[in-house]
Amino acid sequence: MPHIICLAKQVPDPETPAAQFKVDEAAKKVIPVPGIQPVPSQFDTIGVEAALRIKDDVADTIITIVSLGPDSNRDTIKHSLAMGADEGVHINDPAVNDSDHWATAETLAAAIKKLEPYDLIIAGRQAVDWDMGVVGTTIAEILDLPSVTIAKDVKMADGTVTVERVLLDGFETVEAPTPCVVTVSNELGEPRYPQLRQIMQAAKKEVKTWTIADLGIDTPQNRTTLEALFVPDTSIETEFIEGESAQEIGEKLAVRLNEEKLI
Amino acid sequence: MASGVLVFGEATDDGGLNPVTKELIAAGSNLGGPVTCVLAGTGVEGLAQECVAAGAGKVIVVDDPILTPYQGDAYIPMAERITKEVDPSVLLMGQTMMGRDLAPRLAQRFSTAVAMDCMALSMDGDQLIAERPCYGGSARARYKINGTPQMATLRAKAVEPLAPDSSRQGEIVRQDAGVTADQVRTKITDRRKEKAEGVRLEDATVVISGGRGLGGPEGFKELEDLAEIMGGAVGASRAVCDLGWYPVPTQVGLTGKVVTPDLYIAVGISGASQHMAGISSVKNIVAINKDADANIFKASRFGVVGDWKEIFPAFKEKVRELKSA
Ligand SMILES: Cc1cc2nc3c(=O)[nH]c(=O)nc-3n(C[C@H](O)[C@H](O)[C@H](O)COP(=O)(O)OP(=O)(O)OC[C@H]3O[C@@H](n4cnc5c(N)ncnc54)[C@H](O)[C@@H]3O)c2cc1C
Ligand SMILES: Nc1ncnc2c1ncn2[C@@H]1O[C@H](COP(=O)(O)O)[C@@H](O)[C@H]1O
Repeated sequence: MPHIICLAKQVPDPETPAAQFKVDEAAKKVIPVPGIQPVPSQFDTIGVEAALRIKDDVADTIITIVSLGPDSNRDTIKHSLAMGADEGVHINDPAVNDSDHWATAETLAAAIKKLEPYDLIIAGRQAVDWDMGVVGTTIAEILDLPSVTIAKDVKMADGTVTVERVLLDGFETVEAPTPCVVTVSNELGEPRYPQLRQIMQAAKKEVKTWTIADLGIDTPQNRTTLEALFVPDTSIETEFIEGESAQEIGEKLAVRLNEEKLI
Repeated sequence: MASGVLVFGEATDDGGLNPVTKELIAAGSNLGGPVTCVLAGTGVEGLAQECVAAGAGKVIVVDDPILTPYQGDAYIPMAERITKEVDPSVLLMGQTMMGRDLAPRLAQRFSTAVAMDCMALSMDGDQLIAERPCYGGSARARYKINGTPQMATLRAKAVEPLAPDSSRQGEIVRQDAGVTADQVRTKITDRRKEKAEGVRLEDATVVISGGRGLGGPEGFKELEDLAEIMGGAVGASRAVCDLGWYPVPTQVGLTGKVVTPDLYIAVGISGASQHMAGISSVKNIVAINKDADANIFKASRFGVVGDWKEIFPAFKEKVRELKSA
């Protein structure tokens, strides 16, 4: 039975309007916006989609969702289960809920070990909060697995994972033996949206809750110190080009750019 | 004691020096240096002198076909060995396809950390301070790294290269990759380029980008016309790449390309933070958008509020006229 582990992080909604996005500079944290719920990190939902496409081909594939974070992360796991994943593991421990990327990777790797055997680990190319893009590949190093980053297509058959990678100016097909780690990108396509029936079914699927003690490891140490978090002011004075007609405005714009030696 | 800066330079697919290499060397020099630059790949030896002229005190050339095209499994043992030998205090790579893949894995080998996609680097005593965008470009974070080496990847064009000086002296040494084929667990079976003709987005001095406001893929024809007149390149928002209106490699933004033209013309693009993340160092942004409150205007030097379909043709023809005058 093929076993795929999908990592899923919960993040503040990245579609939060710019005007409402604020940070607490002293606490070095984003201030939650009332009425805007946290969401599954976009690339992680895409990762679940990638796993489900493999499961569409090989029906007895088991997909386990692993998420590290506070209580609300349960919603992210439930969303993935409603999409069609089979089981969830919620690592919820105040000792690590605020970890940096490296301690997170250590903790997740320990959880993944506990879920052996597995064939494929899927992570997002980056979590859409800090946009760091390191946890997937770091886990590969910790577990001594091959990794392939920034995938737009993932297939698995006969002990080989075949990945279409997005390059700067094209694509690349890479084969890796199982088990391996793949990080996925939005070019993979839209994730499926759970139907009401699936949401009800997901309520019955099992979500295990593990603490650091359950993982049998010491609390991993952070390797970074966040010194500051702030919102940069990038606004500038805009010169609006106006006129009587669209024709006139279009021409005026060209003339102004020419005056500024920009064309 | 760890000291100095080790940078991993890169060659381009067609055998030139990836410009980020000189930016990394400059960044390393600004941090106090001395800078050792690794150049790995096939046929890269000829680029070593260029690295010296750009400010590298030493260049380690690792010329081996096993290193092209890039695969993590082939690079990591080589990068790990050289890092051990050089024992740098700071280690830098570009935020390139290689850097994204290699930096976290190398960091893990040394139980240290890497700040990805940095826009500014400085030293506070012996401590690297790495500043990077986060939250889709809405915020910036500053990190210290509590490990050795202190690692960062640098965004393209974040640092000015030093003026090339061919009288600079530097040591150039050759090393073997020391990697055998059986260590490489992955296999590249195919590589395809998409949309290679025309000016590269990353190099273009003028970029004209279209968004969902174009109303359909046909709109891009107009943008391409203007790009041709201006000798520029055409970019796109993620919304239109996701819709299949324009090729994926043209996507500008957080998860697309970072571009640094002198002039960026955004047509029918709302200016989401993730799009702006790709143009954060562009000084002259022109926005054409029918919504006067669109976020794009906040960062734009010139703005036109209106329907692009009505404004753009007149704009294009006037540019053509001015260019030929
Ligand atoms: C994790 C993550 C990563 C992302 N990465 C990227 C990225 O790399 N690059 C990127 O671009 N986006 C990215 N996005 C998506 C981003 O949030 C926006 O959804 C996207 O940029 C919107 O594209 P758009 O401006 O073309 O479309 P819209 O937001 O729909 O804007 C269309 C604009 O066109 C205007 N318009 C409509 N009709 C006309 C007309 N006739 N004439 C003139 N104007 C008109 C409208 O007023 C509107 O402002 C990312 C999102 C997430 C969550
Ligand atoms: N707390 C977490 N819980 C589950 N998965 C995570 C967590 N943090 C990171 N990941 C995974 O690692 C990917 C990259 O994250 P990052 O390195 O933080 O940008 C994410 O898209 C997730 O798949």
